[in-house]
Amino acid sequence: MGMLFFVACELMFFAALISAMFVVRGSAREWPPIDQPRLPLLTTAANTAILLTSGIMLWLASRALNSSASPTITSRWLRWSMWLGTLFVAIQGMEWVRLIKYGLTMQSSSYGSFFYLIIGAHAAHAVIALGLLAHVYHSFASGSLRLSRFWAAQVFWYFVVGLWPFLYVLVYVL
Amino acid sequence: MTSSSVHADAAPEADSHAHHAPQSFWSKYIFSVDHKIIGLQYTLTGIFMAVVGVYMSYVFRMHLANPAAHIPFYGVLSPAAYNSLVTNHGTIMIFWVAMPILLAGLGNYCIPLMIGCDDMVFPRVNRLSFQVFFLSTVLLLVGFMAPGGAFGGAWTSYPPLSAKVEYNLTPHGNVIWLLAVALEIVAFLLGGINFVTTAMNSRAKGMKMFDMPVLVWMIVIATIIFMMSVGPLVAGAVMLLLDQTLGTHFFAAQGGDPVLWQHLFWFFGHPEVYVLLLPELGVVCEIICVFSRKPLFGYKTIVYTTFMVGILSMIVWAHHQFIAGIDPRMASIFSLTTIIISIPVAVIMFAMIATLFKGSIEFKVPMLWAIGLIVEFLLGGVTGIYLGSSALDVYFHDTYFVVAHFHYTLIPLVAFGGFAIFTYYFPKVTGKMLDERLGRIHFWGSAIAFNFIFIPLFFSGLAGEHRRIYDYSGFAELTTPHMQSLRTMATHALLVMIAFQIPFVINVIKSLLKGAPAGANPWKANTLEWTADSPPPHGNWAELPEVYRGPYEYSVPGREQDYWPQNAAN
Ligand code: HEM
Ligand SMILES: [Cu+2]
Repeated sequence: MGMLFFVACELMFFAALISAMFVVRGSAREWPPIDQPRLPLLTTAANTAILLTSGIMLWLASRALNSSASPTITSRWLRWSMWLGTLFVAIQGMEWVRLIKYGLTMQSSSYGSFFYLIIGAHAAHAVIALGLLAHVYHSFASGSLRLSRFWAAQVFWYFVVGLWPFLYVLVYVL
Repeated sequence: MTSSSVHADAAPEADSHAHHAPQSFWSKYIFSVDHKIIGLQYTLTGIFMAVVGVYMSYVFRMHLANPAAHIPFYGVLSPAAYNSLVTNHGTIMIFWVAMPILLAGLGNYCIPLMIGCDDMVFPRVNRLSFQVFFLSTVLLLVGFMAPGGAFGGAWTSYPPLSAKVEYNLTPHGNVIWLLAVALEIVAFLLGGINFVTTAMNSRAKGMKMFDMPVLVWMIVIATIIFMMSVGPLVAGAVMLLLDQTLGTHFFAAQGGDPVLWQHLFWFFGHPEVYVLLLPELGVVCEIICVFSRKPLFGYKTIVYTTFMVGILSMIVWAHHQFIAGIDPRMASIFSLTTIIISIPVAVIMFAMIATLFKGSIEFKVPMLWAIGLIVEFLLGGVTGIYLGSSALDVYFHDTYFVVAHFHYTLIPLVAFGGFAIFTYYFPKVTGKMLDERLGRIHFWGSAIAFNFIFIPLFFSGLAGEHRRIYDYSGFAELTTPHMQSLRTMATHALLVMIAFQIPFVINVIKSLLKGAPAGANPWKANTLEWTADSPPPHGNWAELPEVYRGPYEYSVPGREQDYWPQNAAN
């Protein structure tokens, strides 16, 4: 319940970032600026698939948890979900390093400013959500998991996963 | 199998409630998780900041009355200090006085008591919320000691002035100010989640949604408005912070867009005024029912209209930017929404008047403040309609007319409303009654002085006096003796208003020491908080109350008493 409100709030935060980007973009002469590197469309598409898969894994974990399946199944799906999430963040990080090498930085242009801000904010959320999942995983293993905690972490991870395709389209593709 | 590794808990959160155990001073008053203590912590911090904020206004008003003269308790005011005082006065009054007292303090204290539960749903999140808030308070005040001085770029913090040190000349002050505001918002987000979930999940047995006192509804709706509008401000704050510290180009003129900040700020800023308004309307509803012994007129209408207000409040923000170069067609749309939003507010006001109609009205001190609030607020709201017309606002914008407008809305809400809350709940919180006669002196003195502060400012604004000016000597038409006399009059009225707080302070001290005992229900009110002891113990009730009827059953025909507490079986 509390988490749902929080997520609604976060949604407004991202909506504001995106619309801010479009406001600036609307008055820019060309977007992205010609001297700035293009964003890696293909790698990121693959990475999007990885993140979505991770979301599905978490859904499987919750299904296993709510049915009478054995706990090892639940923790296996949980583990997979976390690994894929971490992989997503790692690939993003590698892409950033490359982009910075090519000259796209927060200071280089408004384009760069918005790119790192929006994608960075998402990455920060992903890291926090992974932390929550790790916490859930840990307490599940030690048998002290509370359903409400699991539920909250789940909502947050779905938010991170569900938001991403939109960001991909709005920031990378368009 | 699963049930062995999972605790399926009915309550949404498992923060433990260690009730009724004896506690040390520290755990009872400083690190408490009790909603009442946290509410009082918020309120007392808010009152302290109110004193700081009033002191600031005292200093800059004294300067305006006697430019560059020596000011008692301050010294001579420099231009840079003038800017930072005006900036921080506004910031403090909105974020560190109005928000903690009207929303956080009131909500924390009242919601669990009014809906009949023992604490918030997430007590430890609640404590964290206050701690973050406290930290933000300290940070803001530390800004005054920073090398270069406190931030002076106005409480609205428009870039490029706020973004570039070359312009604002406060290399540390600007960053500290922004961080403090951001932290403060985080604090209220944490608290807000609690408010909404508690009102939804923890109501007493038998209490349906529409059995909640209107005050609870108002706080919940205000919280939702806050939470839905604050995201963009946080986004803006992050961007501004990056512009300040890393030299990014979000709002800078080259490549970025300075007006973008104004959109993000006012998308939050205007709903914020309704965040402050709604809890006050709720308090007024409670008070006028109790002191006129009548049911609230149109309870459900009020709740539904309030939702309307909430939605509309999100689509009026650009009326603060009529002269910022926005498209005139867009300006007309925002002009229209701004004027439309006065309709639901008027509906609520009419419901209040209808409640008072033919009641057996008792002008106790809380009632005086509540009625004073409505009367003065109407003046503020009506002047807002003039400003809302985009054509007129081109002239009025950034003059003292605007200053007078928003003080006529905010001071009724924060000061009148704050005193209404204070005098109404003082018996509950302390178990002692306040003195009525001192209370009346305090009310009439402050209310009359208040009008003499801001009516002159309407006139000076009409004459074209710009706000946020340290020295008017460069403007021939503003240095006439007439204009100066308006300024001086406002300042003197401020001194009178400050002096009239003395009876209030005496009253509080005297009542704390030897006020008459209040008993549980001194006002003979129906709502649940009055069925707990005064002051309510940790855990509020030995046994949680059960509710049988709505909160406003006053003067029910055929009953001996003219009130009918919500938890009385018959
Ligand atoms: C809930 C009560 C209200 C509060 C607390 C409030 C507060 C404020 C504040 C603080 C400002 C000045 C912002 C600044 O520093 O520039 C302001 C300006 C303004 N208010 Fe209100 N207001 C309220 C009600 C209204 C209403 C009912 C209307 C219209 C019907 C209105 C219309 C305006 C307009 C158009 C401005 C911009 C004027 C300008 O900057 O030129 N306000 N208000
Ligand atoms: Cu407004």
